[in-house]
Amino acid sequence: MITIIDYKAGNLTSVQLAFESIGQKVKITDKPQDILCAEKIVFPGVGAAKAAMDSLKKLKLIEPIRKVIADGIPFLGICIGMQVLFETSEEDGGTECMSILPGTVKKFKTSDKLCKIPQIGWNAVKIVRPHPVFAGIEDQSEFYFVHSYYPACSDKNNIIGQTEYADAVFASAAGRKNLVAVQFHPEKSGRIGLRLLKNFSDWDEGC
Amino acid sequence: MLTKRIIPCLDVRNRKVTKGVKFQNNIDLGDPVEMAVGYSDGGCDELVFYDITASAEGRPIDIDMVREVAKAVHIPFAVGGGIKDLEDMRRVLLAGAEKVSVNSLAVKNPDIISQGAKQFGSQCIVLGMDPVKVEKSDKFPSGYEITIQGFRTRTGLDALEWAKRAEGLGAGEIVVNSVDADGTQTGFEINLTRMIAENVGIPVVASGGAGTYQHLIDVFTKGKADAAIVASMIHTGKFTIKQIKDKLIAANIPIRQKW
Repeated sequence: MITIIDYKAGNLTSVQLAFESIGQKVKITDKPQDILCAEKIVFPGVGAAKAAMDSLKKLKLIEPIRKVIADGIPFLGICIGMQVLFETSEEDGGTECMSILPGTVKKFKTSDKLCKIPQIGWNAVKIVRPHPVFAGIEDQSEFYFVHSYYPACSDKNNIIGQTEYADAVFASAAGRKNLVAVQFHPEKSGRIGLRLLKNFSDWDEGC
Repeated sequence: MLTKRIIPCLDVRNRKVTKGVKFQNNIDLGDPVEMAVGYSDGGCDELVFYDITASAEGRPIDIDMVREVAKAVHIPFAVGGGIKDLEDMRRVLLAGAEKVSVNSLAVKNPDIISQGAKQFGSQCIVLGMDPVKVEKSDKFPSGYEITIQGFRTRTGLDALEWAKRAEGLGAGEIVVNSVDADGTQTGFEINLTRMIAENVGIPVVASGGAGTYQHLIDVFTKGKADAAIVASMIHTGKFTIKQIKDKLIAANIPIRQKW
């Protein structure tokens, strides 16, 4: 059973349908008690960091999320669900985030007017550290991205995959122990994205 | 490197994919869900569906179809045609579409762009535009005028001014569909595409006119498009997505190669 955290940051339909298509049962919840007894957790989200953090506070989800990550429950952050795991984000004039991963979230900068921000589309992920969620996925495979801000990991040991865009080479996949987070959308990344979600579903932590 | 997207466009009428030239002489091509799966498996990067008769028939967009597509393919897809208001946008997005496309509606009510962007995020809101070539003038400095309702109605809006305005209102992407090139398979309207792409900060999707490999190479290199829509050239079976992508890769255009 995959527990998807619904903190009113965007549309969960495609995450749900992607897991269902690989035969996983899905529970969508905004309740702290459901998170505390989950077997595997997916923390998705699109939109702005501040709205996401405000919603997590309002729903009293921050402490339960910290606890399950500390307790070793397999945990997958996606997009904004990755960004808010870091310390702060430049978005909305500076937003305090959850400080579960060391580093900050920065805005893409470029002087090239043909380099559009947000980044929308398929970009390659260079795998810099083998990880169970990337099992069977070729290095430099492309995933679907939609974002204007990117995570800058300050602990290089946490970087799993890297992607280049605008002025940045950023951690498009990061994590430690039972925690993994991706900036791209595996649920919209076709067969290769589904493979990543299947790997996560099968992941017995302890990487 | 961010890759250039190849996006099959499926015009849907009564649950059948159809294709005409300049919105006329349509023939039915097949089931939209089956075709979506075929193109997704074949390596397309995204899909777009237009419910081409919803507006004219005054009926809501076919949400069951959107839901079936979302269950069957796990790549982004946009849905347009027949979106009347925020509630329609919500239904389409909750059914599993990544984006909604507004065209005539946005011309009549530009605030729908900002309202949609605020509610669902800019990345969900695509502005579709159908410009036709006109004499350059004070009224039309870009030399292109926006048409609506399947090219039937002229709006008096300059294409570039409208594109910039839509960006300011919060559109996440612009599909530029040349009225003059639509369905002709004689090449994209390169000047129009490049003019919009160089003057807005959001991605531009070129549409209308794809017929050969060279047309696609040109729209990315000369036209500066971020993505290109293909329809007739693949619907007829004359080309596959894989063949198109192989040619683009050979021309050094960044393209998604593994799927």
